[in-house]
Amino acid sequence: MIEPDLTITSRSQLAEEVLRESGQEVNLCYQCRKCAAGCPISYAMDYKPAQLIHAIRLGMDDIVFNSKTVWLCSSCETCTTRCPQEVDVAKVMDAVKIITLRRGIKPTIPRVSSFHKAVLANVKKCGRMFEVGMMISLKLRTFEFFKDVGLGMKMFRKGKLKIIPSFKGARTTWRIFRRVKRIEKGNRSA
Amino acid sequence: MTLEYAYYPGCSLHSMAAEYDISFRAVCDKLGIEMREIEGWICCGTTPAHCTSKLLSLALPMQNLCLAEKMGMTEVVAPCAACFSRLKAAIHETAEHPEVKEQISSILDEPLPKSMNVLSPLEIFSKGIDLASAVTTELPGLKVVCYYGCLLTRPPKMMQFDECEYPMSMDRIIRSLGIETLDWSYKTECCGGGISATETDIVLKLTHDILEEARAVGANAVAVACPLCHTNLDTRQAGIEKKYGSSFGLPIFYFTQLMGLAFGIPSDKLGLHRHFVSADELLSGMRKG
Repeated sequence: MIEPDLTITSRSQLAEEVLRESGQEVNLCYQCRKCAAGCPISYAMDYKPAQLIHAIRLGMDDIVFNSKTVWLCSSCETCTTRCPQEVDVAKVMDAVKIITLRRGIKPTIPRVSSFHKAVLANVKKCGRMFEVGMMISLKLRTFEFFKDVGLGMKMFRKGKLKIIPSFKGARTTWRIFRRVKRIEKGNRSA
Repeated sequence: MTLEYAYYPGCSLHSMAAEYDISFRAVCDKLGIEMREIEGWICCGTTPAHCTSKLLSLALPMQNLCLAEKMGMTEVVAPCAACFSRLKAAIHETAEHPEVKEQISSILDEPLPKSMNVLSPLEIFSKGIDLASAVTTELPGLKVVCYYGCLLTRPPKMMQFDECEYPMSMDRIIRSLGIETLDWSYKTECCGGGISATETDIVLKLTHDILEEARAVGANAVAVACPLCHTNLDTRQAGIEKKYGSSFGLPIFYFTQLMGLAFGIPSDKLGLHRHFVSADELLSGMRKG
């Protein structure tokens, strides 16, 4: 009798890269669409999470990297929690974002990636997040100068925003950022 | 015996959510629980880190756990749900993947803590502490819905905290204070915390749905345990009302503030004046027992 071969023998290049980045095997997905049904933001997505997973399986890079889906994801982990095949969909979303930046592709919603950059630059420099500094740097990156300014002023009046950063732990974060960068650079050239 | 924990406030509790920090500390004081703030703690990296680099998103929180271990502690309390989740992720990922563990340890230049447990304040108040006997003040007329948000319980494999779709820990704590909590189906819906600064329209829709459901079940207040949830539901509430033409006026409390009020701590020591939506009218019926 011939033993059925249960190992997956072919993976698209993109699925392979997602697997390396996140440890997640998108080929396990059988399109039940629980992830899409539970996603609080799928109403605003051009491709629902299950569709994006399918596009990754098929190696349809153009769909994946031109989709807004991963940049709209709020990392609420509902998809990950409910997937019957235990695919960590939220990790796949993260992996696609990381691969997009690594390949030098422009994110479909640049302000989301600008926000991530502004936060991380702030944490690297200050050790702890300094919100006012981060919001100013975000505005300089996105040119949305007037967005939420009124809200910010009101928060300031309520004593919710500090105007001076603490810089506690800044030397530590600086070192961690530098070392992570060095390891990731080494991995890429290896 | 006094209970003692390492305390990781995280960035929000030192700025936007300072009232969560002061009310939590005030309540711990009252109950004889000691919080020792981790010396030199750094940001956990939150969503921007895990969207950008896996190693960075694990190294930043793990550094704080290493600092806690140096204080001789094995239990860290993290009130912010996002910090709680990232600290747990650091432990989970390094335990599951030896190669990741090795990389993180070389980035931090030290061996990783052998045994470290990360707790939410909800957990420490649920563990055999007699809350009812500390209650001095009645809060009649309050009908609270407990809003847990995403990250306290999800993903359950990693968080191992409460029931992931319908948690009850906050409800139980608040009920033991003599305050009524209501059943509702939006306990663990997402408020859009991570994309609040960028995709504001989506956040307004998600938060509108949450407030609408709270009102539909008859709540007159919402209790939260996450600074991002609070910011979205409280500071953006006027914006939500304007966009959808509705009027909620729902005060949003950190659950530690409700505990403080029930324990008779004055409201200015709980930071209630920092909220955008005033709770003065709702609390006017408070009675000293």
